[in-house]
Amino acid sequence: MSTSFHPNEVQRRGRIASVLVLLTIVTLGSAFFRTQVLRHRQYTLESEQNRLREVPLPAPRGIIYDRTGQIIAENLPGYTVSLLAPGTDSLRAALRRLSGTIALTPAQIDLAVRRFRRAPNRPAVILADASFDVVSVLEEHRIEFPGLIIQASPKRYYPDGAAVASFVGYTGEITEAELGRDAFRGYKAGQQVGKGGLEKQYEGQLRGREGTRFVEVDARGRVVREAGARADVPPERAAVLRTNIDLDLQRYIVELFGDSLQGGAVALDPKSGAVLALHSAPTYDPNRFTGGIPADYWKSLNTDPRRPLYNKVLQGRYEPGSTWKLATAALALERKVADLDDHMPTSCTGGYQFGNRYFRCWEKKGHGSISMRQAIAVSCDVYFYQLGLKIGIERLIAGGVSLKFLDRTGIDLPEESPSQFPYAVEYFNKRYGPRGWSNAVVLNLSIGQGENAQTVMNMARFYTALATDGREATPNVVQRTVKRDSIMNLSSEQLTALRDAMAGVVQAGGTAASAAIVGVRLAGKTGTAQNPQDPKRDHAWFVGMAPAEDPKVVVAVMLEFGGHGTRAARIASKIIERYLKVKAAPVPVTEAGL
Amino acid sequence: MIGRTLADRPLAALAVLLTVFGIAIVYSAGQTDVVVPVVARAWQRQLGWFVVAALSALLASRASVRVLEWSAWPVYLGGVALLTLTLAFGSGAGTAASQKGWLTIGGIRLGQPSELAKIFVVLMLARVLAARREAPTSLLDLWRPAAVVFVPWTLIMLQPDLGTGIVFIGIFFCMLFWSGVKWPLLVLAASPGISLVLAFSTGAWGIWFVMLVALVIWYRPYLWEGIALVVANVVSGVIAPILWDRLQPYQQRRLLVFLDPQSDPRASGYHVIQSQVAIGSGGWFGKGYLDGSQKRLAFLPAQHTDFIFSVVGEELGFLGVSVALGLFLGLFLRTVRVAQRANDQFSSLVAFGLGASWFVHVIVNVGMTLNLMPITGIPLPFFSYGGSFLLSCWLAVGILLRVSSEGRGRAGTFAM
Repeated sequence: MSTSFHPNEVQRRGRIASVLVLLTIVTLGSAFFRTQVLRHRQYTLESEQNRLREVPLPAPRGIIYDRTGQIIAENLPGYTVSLLAPGTDSLRAALRRLSGTIALTPAQIDLAVRRFRRAPNRPAVILADASFDVVSVLEEHRIEFPGLIIQASPKRYYPDGAAVASFVGYTGEITEAELGRDAFRGYKAGQQVGKGGLEKQYEGQLRGREGTRFVEVDARGRVVREAGARADVPPERAAVLRTNIDLDLQRYIVELFGDSLQGGAVALDPKSGAVLALHSAPTYDPNRFTGGIPADYWKSLNTDPRRPLYNKVLQGRYEPGSTWKLATAALALERKVADLDDHMPTSCTGGYQFGNRYFRCWEKKGHGSISMRQAIAVSCDVYFYQLGLKIGIERLIAGGVSLKFLDRTGIDLPEESPSQFPYAVEYFNKRYGPRGWSNAVVLNLSIGQGENAQTVMNMARFYTALATDGREATPNVVQRTVKRDSIMNLSSEQLTALRDAMAGVVQAGGTAASAAIVGVRLAGKTGTAQNPQDPKRDHAWFVGMAPAEDPKVVVAVMLEFGGHGTRAARIASKIIERYLKVKAAPVPVTEAGL
Repeated sequence: MIGRTLADRPLAALAVLLTVFGIAIVYSAGQTDVVVPVVARAWQRQLGWFVVAALSALLASRASVRVLEWSAWPVYLGGVALLTLTLAFGSGAGTAASQKGWLTIGGIRLGQPSELAKIFVVLMLARVLAARREAPTSLLDLWRPAAVVFVPWTLIMLQPDLGTGIVFIGIFFCMLFWSGVKWPLLVLAASPGISLVLAFSTGAWGIWFVMLVALVIWYRPYLWEGIALVVANVVSGVIAPILWDRLQPYQQRRLLVFLDPQSDPRASGYHVIQSQVAIGSGGWFGKGYLDGSQKRLAFLPAQHTDFIFSVVGEELGFLGVSVALGLFLGLFLRTVRVAQRANDQFSSLVAFGLGASWFVHVIVNVGMTLNLMPITGIPLPFFSYGGSFLLSCWLAVGILLRVSSEGRGRAGTFAM
């Protein structure tokens, strides 16, 4: 009989063993309590993330209409092909196998892998715009590719293609840089966003709300359940966007420019600021951007010396030339420096001696002694040199600033660049030093040359004030309420007189007599801007309005390397004629919008 | 006879409940979205094995404890021979493909001898420990029981099967405790192993070493024993890094992942994380029987064997886990009771040893699912799919039933 197995000892050890076992099991149990009860939420989330993949259900973008209800941008049924994968390696393997069925370039494979890395819980988009043929081939081989997701997704379509690109912009997949920005909070990788024009400006209204379909996947990324794993979140269609664009007029303008002309044109309703048409030539086909732009097309757009991606109405800044003489004239009238019938002390003999410099008039033969009215019609430089000197540098620059020549117009398009104009006399002091410049700059400024670069849009805006009661209209593409500020303090008689003077431009003896329209009094001003890139090929300007007694439309046309403003005037005249005559009954647009 | 065998109805009932629970979970483990036929049919084979195991248990319960005591030596020697054969001709399988754990003849896997080894080691240890009048008081006294465990342990570690190795060590110390070995001697015996584990942190090992020296001075073993202990601890503290280098890469990975499962979530740590996610997402009442998404979608590894308890946690929640742990607790307490009431030292030690084997399995396996224990790939008694293991568990049940029926209604003196 061993002492260590004495019943008391055994009882004692049994009690110790039982207590230790109990403690161990209770400890294990409490570990489970912590995991299952206290951390339940976190693990449930992880478990759901394991099993569910979010397949985005893209919302159709808002349809964009012109003022008569014609479609500018709509959506066509399209397909995206994407792959779900548990990791990069298996994605690559699946893509390699997939490239045996459909043609995939190494670049496409790399792009899909990059997309996957950005959002591994969403299917990596392989083909953003798959053709029906590709989709049917893939459907046949579906079983071989367990992570394959074929999703109907509306794709953006512009029935008029390039004709509307200048203001509508285009859409494309959101970039990584954009995803990081506050403006794109809530966006997910792979979504289509507006990249320019109206598409970008009104992205918030046009995007709608993306829905989500939840598919269930297993540990190897195979789709186990296509639907019902969790209730789908349906996409929400966006509201429509109604614009002031007159699509017929827009098409006509595009036709006028054709393939050869290079420049920009804009037509505004001077009373409401409604943008009736806006075209920059040459332009691009926004439909080709949908679903990823082909590399060769992108390259050709970027290497084309005519810069199709550069908006010549909104981004391009050009010396306004003689079109700016109306600003000088308006300032002279406003400051009561001269009246429309006043002559200048020195008559035009083809040039003007200022100090030790001789400033030429474009007309070498000279215009003689003429009134302001006549000087506008014949665009006499010598007259405006003296008018500018009378106004004085300080007042001329301050006037230019108050006429908003160094501002953006505030049009609802994202591309607009601010126009350039000296902010004050300080500008010259800072740029050239206090003694580095002379009063001669007044002469250049007063005929729209020198330190003055305006967008086509800003010149059109300025002319809306001349076309009305001195109040400018902020250009707007989408129908909305706009404010109209008075920028020139002139009487309606003075404004009428200025328009009469401009009507002289397109009458016999004027600089653009050949642009006259039968039956309509056209008023406007030509401009020929020196081209710093090529002194022999000037830019041609014309900003005009009609009918002169109560203008319904203001048109600005600028032709790069167009030579004399007369060419631009002929284009503008055709645009105006078309708008006033063909458009029998333009839809009235009130100031308050529709 | 059966009536007498089933005298300990609570014990038999607990074992049956655990097995039925287990087969139900094995069935659920096979219900996956992408069906793996072998796993899907596992429950049928497990049911078949249960019949075989229950019959074997009945058979085992008919053998007197004296027969077991007498047969301990031949069974032990035969078992060691079998383990040697396995090492020579064995093959791997399933998740442990690189281990030679299966005895295979003509391409047919007969079973895993290491599962049966747990039983014959318990029998042999009981015999050796029961042969002493007094509990061992010095390390020298421990050489026989140590040798009994060391031989099969070495053979199993050569397979290599770290998990079963850990179980053997657990059985060894539990049975030493039950035989009456005082706790300081247990600590001293375990000290080289503890040193090995702590060797990775110099500070921890330093503190441990000071405590050990204090214990040696206080317990006063033979002088040379004390010196040997100190030397052994220094050696294992120093050679540990060398041993580390000799570990298989997967073993190193598993140990590292045990220390920091987030370190490589897509590789080894992935299993533990997915198991925790499965259990944690179960909540109070689980996702419903058969409806565990982690299991269904193959996020859980080895969901019908090593990680079967994660399925319990995911589908039946904290409630199901509590029931399972409660059943195990009942089984362990009942086993301790059987050991307390056994007629003689040998029976008592056998009963306690068998219970200890289950206990170590449960702690290591269940602890593993929550990352409280390293992933050693040892199965959960009565739950994990596997014929040899279920058979081994039920042989143990049979022996326990026999010991219980031979024991007294209440604990008394042993008739020697």
